[in-house]
Amino acid sequence: MAEIMESGGGGHGKHQKKRAKKHSSRVDMTPMVDLGFLLLTFFVLTTQFSKPKEMEINMPVKPKDTSNIMTVDTTSLTLLLTEKQEKVYYYYGKFKNDPSIIQTTDYSKEGIRKVFRESNKNVREQVKKLKEKYANHQLADTAFKRMLMDIKGGKEARFVIVKADEKAKYKNVIDVIDELNVADVGKYALIDISPAEKQQLKAWGKIN
Amino acid sequence: MAKIKLPRSAPSLDMTPMVDLAFLLVTFFMLTAKFRVNEAVPINPPASHSEKILPENTLLVTVDTAGHVFFSMDGPDVRRNLLKDIATTYKMTFTPEEYKRFSLMTDYGLPISKLHDYIKGGEKERGAMDKKATGIPIDSMANAPGGELGNWIFYGYKQKSIHDQQNKIPRDKQCRIAIKGDGQTNYFKIKRVIKIFQDNNPAINSFQLITNQETENLD
Repeated sequence: MAEIMESGGGGHGKHQKKRAKKHSSRVDMTPMVDLGFLLLTFFVLTTQFSKPKEMEINMPVKPKDTSNIMTVDTTSLTLLLTEKQEKVYYYYGKFKNDPSIIQTTDYSKEGIRKVFRESNKNVREQVKKLKEKYANHQLADTAFKRMLMDIKGGKEARFVIVKADEKAKYKNVIDVIDELNVADVGKYALIDISPAEKQQLKAWGKIN
Repeated sequence: MAKIKLPRSAPSLDMTPMVDLAFLLVTFFMLTAKFRVNEAVPINPPASHSEKILPENTLLVTVDTAGHVFFSMDGPDVRRNLLKDIATTYKMTFTPEEYKRFSLMTDYGLPISKLHDYIKGGEKERGAMDKKATGIPIDSMANAPGGELGNWIFYGYKQKSIHDQQNKIPRDKQCRIAIKGDGQTNYFKIKRVIKIFQDNNPAINSFQLITNQETENLD
């Protein structure tokens, strides 16, 4: 118990019988408790609870010959990330010398996410069905993963090209990749803006 | 009126259960704690919805807001071998004591020319050097296409791979390469690092980007 024990009767007298001191079996625990809580506080404060998360990125392997490079078709979606934090430019198909092809949106939930969801509707529906099947234990782990890859990388799936300007922030790129993952877009690439394109965009006042 | 008798003895309570609980918690935290490593620069990575947890065995390249690049890798044995490789490449010599010191460090963000001073310095001096760190140079040079960072990555990845092979580490736990960038860093600074990864031999085309967890939930 947590009180100070007084010493039990000791034998002072010469003729008193030698007796074992009456020791209580109780120990003062206060210092131990102090120490315990000190350590507890220390460990609670130093423990790292949220481990950092990560996203995996696979960059294309550098082709040895340039003959069979995938070309941009009319259905692909190209995003242009610039230094403007509130605007994202995008267009479908090939780049044309016509400012009206370029549409504008933003990084918010209502902006870019909607664009991706709309343009990747078919794939999203298929993925949803597949996930339901998986949840009902109708599919094995490996089969599920393979089928998911097939759907995301299928011919119908939308191909998204992300072109980041020199002045774009890293955060913008991560935001877009994150939204792509959320919208089940499996085919995307990070590419530089070509000089010709850059010149045009500058002329239209889209980038500085 | 009847007097209320106050108890004479000091109020005392049995603390045993509390102590038990406290020590249980202490033990738990002690065993689960993984100490935060001293980072050379504060980094605030952008948030994402990804739920993958960063693997343990990573070779990390940190890019701060100003675009300064830091290289970090853990594992004392691997670091020792890395320093040996660096020493041969740049024709430097280190004492066994310096090897030992280097093997216990984590981040490095200075040109090779300052490596000797950095290792020699104490905790304080190193902290001061970290604060003024200019990052590892990435400009390409005659003997190293990826600059000094290219060499750090090449030898670091090589030593990690050797280590993984020797210890027969399964494929999914083998060394990964990760980039930790601040959200406000210009993307082209990150792109330069990615280019060095891809120019490396063997090319590193698959790597991790470290993010914080986004709290907003998806509908």
